[in-house]
This record gives sequence, C-alpha cells and structure tokens, in this order.
Amino acid sequence: MKTKATKSGSQAVRLPKCPTGIQGLDEITRGGLPRGRPTLVCGGAGCGKTLLAAEFLVRGAVQYGEPGVLMAFEETEAELVANVASLGFDLAGLVRRKRIVVDYVHIEPGEIHESGEYDLEGLFVRLNHAIDSVGAKRVVLDTLEALFAGLSNEAILRSELRRLFRWLKAKGVTAVITAERGRDQLTRHGLEEYVSDCVILLDHRVNDQIATRHLRVVKYRGSLHGTNEFPFLIGAAGLSVLPITSLALNHKVSVDRIATGIPRLDAMLGGLGFFRGSSILLTGTPGTGKTIIAANFAQAACRRGERVLFFSFEESPNQITRNMQSIGLRLVPLVKKGLLRFHSARPSLYGLEMHLATMFAEIAEFQPAVVIMDPITSLMDAGTTSEGKGMVTRLIDYLKAGQVTSLFTSLTQGGHVLQQSEAAMSSLMDSWLLLQDFEGNGERNRVLYVLKARGMAHSNQIREFLISDRGVDLVDAYIGTSGVLTGSARAAQTAREKAEALASQQEAARRKREIERTRMALERQISALRSEHDASAEELRQIDQQVGMQTRLLKTERSELGRLRQADVSVAPGPRAGARNGRIH
Amino acid sequence: MGPKAKRRRPPGPKRISGDRWQLRLYVMDETPKSQTALENLKRVCESRLKGRYRIRVIDLLKQPQLARGDQILATPTVVRRLPTPIRTVIGNLSDIDTVLVGLDLRAGA
Repeated sequence: MKTKATKSGSQAVRLPKCPTGIQGLDEITRGGLPRGRPTLVCGGAGCGKTLLAAEFLVRGAVQYGEPGVLMAFEETEAELVANVASLGFDLAGLVRRKRIVVDYVHIEPGEIHESGEYDLEGLFVRLNHAIDSVGAKRVVLDTLEALFAGLSNEAILRSELRRLFRWLKAKGVTAVITAERGRDQLTRHGLEEYVSDCVILLDHRVNDQIATRHLRVVKYRGSLHGTNEFPFLIGAAGLSVLPITSLALNHKVSVDRIATGIPRLDAMLGGLGFFRGSSILLTGTPGTGKTIIAANFAQAACRRGERVLFFSFEESPNQITRNMQSIGLRLVPLVKKGLLRFHSARPSLYGLEMHLATMFAEIAEFQPAVVIMDPITSLMDAGTTSEGKGMVTRLIDYLKAGQVTSLFTSLTQGGHVLQQSEAAMSSLMDSWLLLQDFEGNGERNRVLYVLKARGMAHSNQIREFLISDRGVDLVDAYIGTSGVLTGSARAAQTAREKAEALASQQEAARRKREIERTRMALERQISALRSEHDASAEELRQIDQQVGMQTRLLKTERSELGRLRQADVSVAPGPRAGARNGRIH
Repeated sequence: MGPKAKRRRPPGPKRISGDRWQLRLYVMDETPKSQTALENLKRVCESRLKGRYRIRVIDLLKQPQLARGDQILATPTVVRRLPTPIRTVIGNLSDIDTVLVGLDLRAGA
C-alpha cells in the first residue's frame, strides 16, 4: 500500500514529497508531506498531534533512512519516549543510535524576565546544532505555541517565527509544526499565517458518548489531496487513517468455493457454497439463527483445516460455545486445536477506530481464512452511519486483500427487514442471506432466502430453516394456493395431502373390487345360462328319443297286435314308420 | 574557547563573601547587541554586587551545544546560576528595573 501510494504520488505531481509512512495519510496526500517545507498539524488537546509528528519522525528514521530532530516544548524526553512506546516505537533506541535527537525546550511561563530587545537565536542555534549533529532531514516542533506562554513580546516573537520558518525552508528540512486549535481560527496564535504549504487538521469528536478521531487536509499548496474528513485511529502500530474514498478496487479474486456447513444451503448457492475471499452478509430479526449459521460456517472451515477468527460483540466465547453445543455443534475442541479463536468485546468499550485497530491486529496475528463478525450492526452503532460504513468498507477491503472470507451478521430491528443501513452496507457485500420469521398458526418459524450471490447461480426460493438438537437443516417450505406454509402448518398440509392421496387410493381399490365382483357375477350368470341352454338341448334330444321309442314301440306293439290278430303281413308299416322316424332324427 | 578569557572581567580583590554570584551571559556572536548587553549587565552588577559576582560570557556561535543546558531560547540571555534558584533575564538588559527584578537584586546592597 505504501509503495503504491508513493509511486502514484510521484507520478501525479511534480512537487517532491516526503512519505510519512503513516497508514493512509500518504494516500490522502498522494505521497506524503511537501519535502523541504513546513507542515502545520493543528488540533485540540488529546487529538494525537504529538503522536502523528512522532510517528513521522520515527518512520522517517526507520523506514526511509532520514534522521530527525524532535524539539519538544511540552513534554520531556522521558515522557515522549514513554508515550510513543505505546505505539511500539523505540524512541530511546533511535536516540542512542543517533537517528533521532530529542531536545526538550523548557519554558516556564512567568519565569523569564524580559529587558529590552532580544531575538530567538538561542532556539535557532539549538535546532541547527541538533540537525547538524545527526544530519537530520525531518524536524518536528511540538508545540511551538508554548513560546507564546513564555514570552510576552509578541511583536518580536512573530517576526522571529516568520524568520524560523524561512530558515527551516532554507535548511531544506521537512518540518512538522504542531499547534493548538484556536476558537475561530485554525490555531490559537495564528501560526497558519506562517506555514502555508500544508495544513492538517485533527479533531476528536464525541458522538453518542463514543469518541472518534478525524483528520482533514485543509490545505496543500501545489498538490492534489483528499479533502474529506477521514477517521483515524491510534493503534498498537501507530496511526492509521482510513481513506475510504481513495481505496482502489483491485483485489485479487478467487474462483475457489467453500462450503457453508449446511448442505442444503450449498445447494441453494449453485451447489458449491460461497466464493473464497468474498464478503457475506447475514441479516435477520432477533432469534432467527444468525449466530447458528455463522457457527456452522466456522465449523465447516475448521474441518477443512482453516483458521477462523470469530469476533463477537454481544456474547462471550463461553456463551457461544455452550449455546452451539445445544444444537450439536461442538466448538470447544476446535478452539483447543487452535483453529478457532474468539474475540469478544463490547461495542461501547471504545470507539470504532479502536475496534478497527484491535481487529486488524488480531487478524494480522492469527492469519485466519475466515473472519466472522457477530453482529456487525452493534459495532456500527458505536459510530455514525457513515463512520460505520466506512469502517466496514475498510475492513472488507483489508480482508479481501488477504483473500479472507468474511461473514457479517446484521440484526434488523423487526418490522422492516431491509433497513437503510443494511441497504447501504449490502452494496459492499458479495452475498446476502436473509433470515426471517414467519408468524402464523400461533407459532414462529424461521425461513431463509438468498437475496443475492454475486457471480453464481443461486436459488430464488424460500427455505424453511430448522434448528434441532442434531443441528440445522433447510427444508422446502410449502408453497400452494394458500401461500407459503411453514412449521406445523406445513406439516399439517403435508399430512392432509397424504391422507387425501390415501383415501383416493382406497376408493379406487374399492371400485376395482366392485367391478370385479360384478364381472364375476356376470360370468357366473353366463355359465348358468349356458348350462341351462345345454340342459334344454339335452331335453330336446331326450324328447326326440322318447318320441322315436314310443313310435317304435307303438309300431312293434301294432305289428305284434297285428301278428296276434293275424293281420295282413303285407301291410306291415314297419319300414315306413322307420323311414319317418329317421327323418325326424 | 575565547569567551573564557572574558570571565572575571570585573576586577577587584576578593571580599569576605567571595564569588557568591555566578552569572552567565549567552550571546550570539560578538555583535554590538551582545556588547550592549554585557555592558548593561556589568553596570548593574557593579552598582549592586561589586566584588561579589562573576560573569561568564558564552558565545553560542562558537559553543552551540551549551544552549541546551541552560535552556536558552533567546539571545542575549542572562542566567543567574548562583545563588539558587536559577533565574533568567532575556534581552539587551536596557531596562534596568526589569534586570533588578529578574535577577532579584532589589533587596541586595
């Protein structure tokens, strides 16, 4: 980031610049402070003037090989060493190695008596001697205005200050002069009148009882510069200005996909889950299971052997692990294995700047593959909306630069699901899952939508989100004529459908049996008729037979009678009757 | 090391009290302004501390490293090293009353 800033600065303008090495400041000033000229840093008490100036010197000596002189009017060398040690700067060591000279100028108001004319050659001599003794390229005067308290002849003082700044320019050193903020001008004693090349204003404001520092480049002669007010923070590694508007969008992107830990959710996301290094927003009303999804995601990452850093702003680590245990998510072993780390802090503990600094430090130290913020909204409440958005932007940029996947949960206040702050934040996010409550039938049920998932096919359907002691699952919600049904309504509907299906099945079987029965009856009728038919045919045959017999018998009887009666043999009708019989047959 | 030659400029035999007053005059170069300051200082001392004082003139042009020790900001500056506490008067010392107040010589002889 630093090299990039330096490069673009030298390309954009011809004015030679002196990089401060302060994170973000070189980006705003496009390369640093004007080289060989004085810069005025003004601000109220406790807004970080001295630390900014000290970091400029220390980084100059350590990173850019430029020795420096710190002329302190308010703090002794020992105090300064102790103060900057909190930023991890070894001022004492640099003094020992002759990279930095610290000269404490003690001025006790009222102790100096003035008699007649004088000049400030004494100060010049000291400064000159200090600069020459280490070959200093950078000079800090902190805070020159102490002179106004010690010396009463303002006419002399002002002309000498004018001379001092001319002298500093002639000397070719890049100087930072700090000054106290005035009521209706930039500085209490109008120092901006003398230092006109570059003026930086620091400010420490309290919003909703939480203080945030801001930095603004009021003036930078001969150079382009960011004119906005930028929040900055004083962290364990020095100052860090958050130049949101100057951050370039050129992250490396990954096509690698990572599972969410919930198979059905992966399925909704084109079957593969999220992109590695993407930012994910999980919004939902209270109790919709945001933390649970986050914990699942964390567990899935740990199972892949990746490190996960879990920032919790509402629950303590023990509380989270206990709660997740109840749904079968065992996080404690992952913590013990060193794959999962929790960092819990109350949002109101300190300002956004400090939170951001702490988070950066934690991330830099733990080197996680996945970072979870639960919930980001309570952290954003620690600042104004724009500050919060700025912080999230900065955070996402930082994480994306390192290909770290980030999951932010966001609490919506019920009612309107798409709150304005979320809409603002969501534009920074690559994927957005929405968890919602469905109320009805005297119960609340959780549902999940994928609102957006950049760069992948994803389901547009609602899913019911079930939490049981065996974990979480997504099931299809019932979507029918009466709308979306969830929970017991969905179960009831399913049961009803099942019963109806069963009933119609039974009905069909019954009808089938009935028809079968009718058919069998008909069959029986047919065979009865046939046998009747057969029987009548038999009867007919028998009748015929009978008739034949009777005829024959009759003939026989007649011929017998005739024989008996000695009838004419020649008139025997036997053969005729036989022929007749044969015809009948 | 030239300025050392200037010390003990005020002549005179030692008094009973000895060198009770030690004064340092810091100047920048041997300019008329520096000279005026030294003359003014000597005049005050002679009138009030005759024989009981010693003035050391330090030219910061030649010894810039000495400016830090006595917290010198302005030139010319007179520093009363003894008697303690240390007191400082700056300027060409043209205003005698301020010099007397500054060096706390009002009650003196």
